Amino acid sequence: MHIPDGYLSPSTCAVMYAGAAPFWAVALKRMKNVFQARLIPLLSLMSAFCFVIMMFNLPVWGGTTAHAVGMGIASVILGPWASIIAISIALLIQAVFFGDGGITCYGANCFNMAIVGSLSAYAVYRAISGRSAITSPRRIAACALGGYIGINLSALCGAIEFGIQPALFHDASGAPLYAPYPLSVSIPAMLAAHLSLAGVAELVIGGALVAYLQRADPALLKRTAPGAAADEAIPADAVGWDKLRPLWIGLAALMLITPLGLLATASAWGEWGPEDLRNPDTRQQIAASSSNVAPPPVVPSGLEKLSTVWTAPMPDYAPKFLKSEKLGYICSAMFGTGLILAAWLILGSIIRLFTRRLQPTP
Amino acid sequence: MDSLARTLEHARFCEDAALTQGILQRLDPRVKLCGLLALILVAVSARRLEVTLAVWMLGVALASYSCISIKVLATRTWAGVLAFTGLIALPALFITPGDAVLPHWPITWQGLITALRLIVRAETAATLAGLLVLTTPWTHVLKALRTLRVPTVLVVILGMTYRYIFLLVRLAEEFFEARRSRMIWTLSRPEQRHMAGAAAGVLLNKSLQLSEDVYLAMQSRGFRGEAYTLHDFHMERRDWMAAAGFAVAAALAFWGGFL
Repeated sequence: MHIPDGYLSPSTCAVMYAGAAPFWAVALKRMKNVFQARLIPLLSLMSAFCFVIMMFNLPVWGGTTAHAVGMGIASVILGPWASIIAISIALLIQAVFFGDGGITCYGANCFNMAIVGSLSAYAVYRAISGRSAITSPRRIAACALGGYIGINLSALCGAIEFGIQPALFHDASGAPLYAPYPLSVSIPAMLAAHLSLAGVAELVIGGALVAYLQRADPALLKRTAPGAAADEAIPADAVGWDKLRPLWIGLAALMLITPLGLLATASAWGEWGPEDLRNPDTRQQIAASSSNVAPPPVVPSGLEKLSTVWTAPMPDYAPKFLKSEKLGYICSAMFGTGLILAAWLILGSIIRLFTRRLQPTP
Repeated sequence: MDSLARTLEHARFCEDAALTQGILQRLDPRVKLCGLLALILVAVSARRLEVTLAVWMLGVALASYSCISIKVLATRTWAGVLAFTGLIALPALFITPGDAVLPHWPITWQGLITALRLIVRAETAATLAGLLVLTTPWTHVLKALRTLRVPTVLVVILGMTYRYIFLLVRLAEEFFEARRSRMIWTLSRPEQRHMAGAAAGVLLNKSLQLSEDVYLAMQSRGFRGEAYTLHDFHMERRDWMAAAGFAVAAALAFWGGFL
């Protein structure tokens, strides 16, 4: 994630510095207005905190460890603008003093991690946490997911910066001058590493820290939770069957009307498979729905190859053991809803586990 | 814990190296900062591999005249960069389209040049950046940043951040050590994650408390929100000569790199 010197062209680096500069200026101005004389010690300590957090290696899958950047935590505790400055300063010290990340690529690293990471993590946190109480488990999930999405968006930005290099900068023989991989390689490579390792570290540290603060010092979470509901004991029946009954009934009704989709003919636009591109009737439908632009005469080889990578257990919402298409749709809706509910139950139990284990010892 | 200990050790080593009496250590930090930054910039921009290699060799020569051995550069800078960049550059040997190095070999000339260019450029930039830190105390680097028009408030924040990083690293290290010394068995992976989360929480609380204490201490000494830094650098003859040397080297590398 920390891009070293030599991977990006000087002009890309200059553009990234120019892209980051307005955010730094706005962040610094906002910080001065909010904290005034407290700005220097607060930002210094928060930058030092972000730096140290980046050194915490967390065990993730198998025997691997990964470290978080702390963008989720920093933006939840400090707000997105202070987080931009704190992470930028931590990155500068890492680049200059510890050689982690390049000096010429410092603008790009700040743009990816401090700016895109902090702003997106904060947006996700606010969107998911909503007006929930400070001690609500929803805030744990919100911070964890905010950090996870933030670091993955940062990685995506980094991958795009890497991926455009070979197309823009190469010598007369065609050899790339800087990062050698095109977007088709850089994006999957970066995202695979961040979705599976670094993102998990960010998710774990974000969720764990908010769970800890909810028990130990909930006041710290109030700065970025304007409108949070008062922390009152929630009655046991508040989220029981009575409250949720209309939602369950609505969900059941929606499942029953899913076969309405069968009324539509042809494939959804952009969801064509290789067999659709081979079938003359479907080809006509595709051309008609694409402003009379005909699809390619032969199935693109990449599409052909990738379409066989994964075979869905229930293709086209039609389980093989059912003869009726309508019944197949309803069964698929029930199965899909069940999977989502199971995923949320597992997530809920993980959050409860965090909350219970991170209770501070007196 | 290992990464925390490595940070402290690296900082101590850099402080010691910066106090020796080599050629770069004797120079004005502003000249060093601007000169080494200019060399990094031309090394990164050069389109010819030989030019980047020449700048790297210049960096190695400067290091050896500044009491920094090749062994130190190899272990502290080159090995880490080679491990990371080498891993990234390796597939480029095979997937970059071009002319095969040998018949029936999957490696292409273009791939080889791309991989070499990436590694040499990253090593050169890391060597020059490492030279700055190994030959200049951090406080002087910060003061020299003022010559690049970095706002004073940021320079002060950087200085304080650097100082408190070590305090927080020490705190985290003690936290983990205290926990480890009370254990007779290794923690499971979920327990390790919980401990890291709790450690981060404690560290955050301490940081915020400390920032309040520091603010009160600053106020009691007359701080009213304005930050100032002392400018006690004086350019001497050798500094002017070094500045001219850096300028000539950077200009030559720039000219050669784009021929």
